Amino acid sequence: MSDPVLRLTDVSRVHGTGAAEVQALRGVSLAAYAGELVAIMGPSGSGKSSLLTIAGGLDSPTSGSVSVDGQDLGEAGISGRAKLRRTSIGYVFQDFNLIPALTAAENVSLPLELDGAGRRPARDAARVALEEVGLDGFADRFPDEMSGGQRQRIAIARAIVGERRLILADEPTGALDTETGEDILKLIRARCDAGAAGVLVTHEPRYASWADRVIYVRDGLVVDEAGETPSTVFATGVEQ
Amino acid sequence: MSVKHALLALLEKPRYGYELRAEFEQRTGASWPLNVGQVYTTLSRLERDGLVEAGGTDAEGRSLYQLTEAGRVEVKGWFDSPVERTQPQRDELAIKLAVAVAVPSVDVGKVVQQQRNATMQALQGYRRQARSGAGDDLAGGLVLDRLVFAAEAEIRWLDHCESRLRRAAATSTAPEPAEPTEPTDGGTR
Ligand SMILES: Nc1ncnc2c1ncn2[C@@H]1O[C@H](COP(=O)(O)OP(=O)(O)O)[C@@H](O)[C@H]1O
Ligand SMILES: [Mg+2]
Repeated sequence: MSDPVLRLTDVSRVHGTGAAEVQALRGVSLAAYAGELVAIMGPSGSGKSSLLTIAGGLDSPTSGSVSVDGQDLGEAGISGRAKLRRTSIGYVFQDFNLIPALTAAENVSLPLELDGAGRRPARDAARVALEEVGLDGFADRFPDEMSGGQRQRIAIARAIVGERRLILADEPTGALDTETGEDILKLIRARCDAGAAGVLVTHEPRYASWADRVIYVRDGLVVDEAGETPSTVFATGVEQ
Repeated sequence: MSVKHALLALLEKPRYGYELRAEFEQRTGASWPLNVGQVYTTLSRLERDGLVEAGGTDAEGRSLYQLTEAGRVEVKGWFDSPVERTQPQRDELAIKLAVAVAVPSVDVGKVVQQQRNATMQALQGYRRQARSGAGDDLAGGLVLDRLVFAAEAEIRWLDHCESRLRRAAATSTAPEPAEPTEPTDGGTR
């Protein structure tokens, strides 16, 4: 198999110190390959968001290493990580995280423009991405003029614009009804089918079932894995 | 569950046996295959009970069945009342977990995980069916949704069992059989 797009090796994350110390992750290793969607499930507080922010270079592990597209995020430094976030990593948050003063197209083109793309090509790419998520015709609307499902589609468009290789989504269906949530999953799945690697955090089995593999975390540890890849089904141990 | 009422309802329009079976399977997305013997047995019982009657033959000479007035009332009564939930069917999974908790040598956590993986794979299977167009027609889609919701509920319940087992293990002083003991490799791949 080729190298994974995302690899976490023995990643731990400790928040706070002394009595307030929280072990959010305790030695997590996982990989996501091109064309694959991996779901992460677990109860709240189990470390899912910590895992995803570290995978996306938004936070750094206390120990262990992360690589995206073969590039070590620790070695990349702050500017290298920022660059990867603008070009290779698409991140979808539960609460959309859109900029209210920008139109749909501007929200989507922002990462490209920040990366130095000209305004024109960036806007063109944004239009293509908006079309892909079914929002053609909504380019000049502002987020607060749109429904929750439409806002999340903008966020997906922003995460996929410019052919990103890694899509990370943290409960992207959180506030949405079942049908709208399924539509969002369809979009993420389509991107993975087109060659991106995806990691989806969810506590809903129905959305996890869109993934090729489902990884269960609990108290900062991977405790189980279910999935289609025959070699990995039932292959992991259970926790101590 | 008896398919009696479903077949009866589909006789709103006179049909012959094979046609009735095909209609049932197509409507329900082939999730519950019927053999044609079952269909004819049911039809003859319905005839005996006065709910259907022979309705002549079609152009190819096949005997048609049609609803009687009593049959029509029966169908209306079926749609007008909820499906009974009084006595849940004997649920092997619930029984297995209940017994697993009581039998000290069983690793309940493992039973839960194994079931959850199997159910997740079933859910992934329904997903594949849906993506290949199995749920595109309305009736078939509703049936597929039903299977998805049921599998989802089972996984949620298993998650819940796991949490309860862990809480029970944490509060009891004696070592609890529910607590898995195998070492972990801590990761995947
Ligand atoms: N910035 C932070 N400071 C302190 N504790 C944190 C921080 N982020 C997360 N945690 C703690 O780490 C644990 C895992 O949190 P999180 O990764 O958000 O879990 P999940 O997304 O599965 O709900 C929780 O106990 C949470 O309170
Ligand atoms: Mg979270």
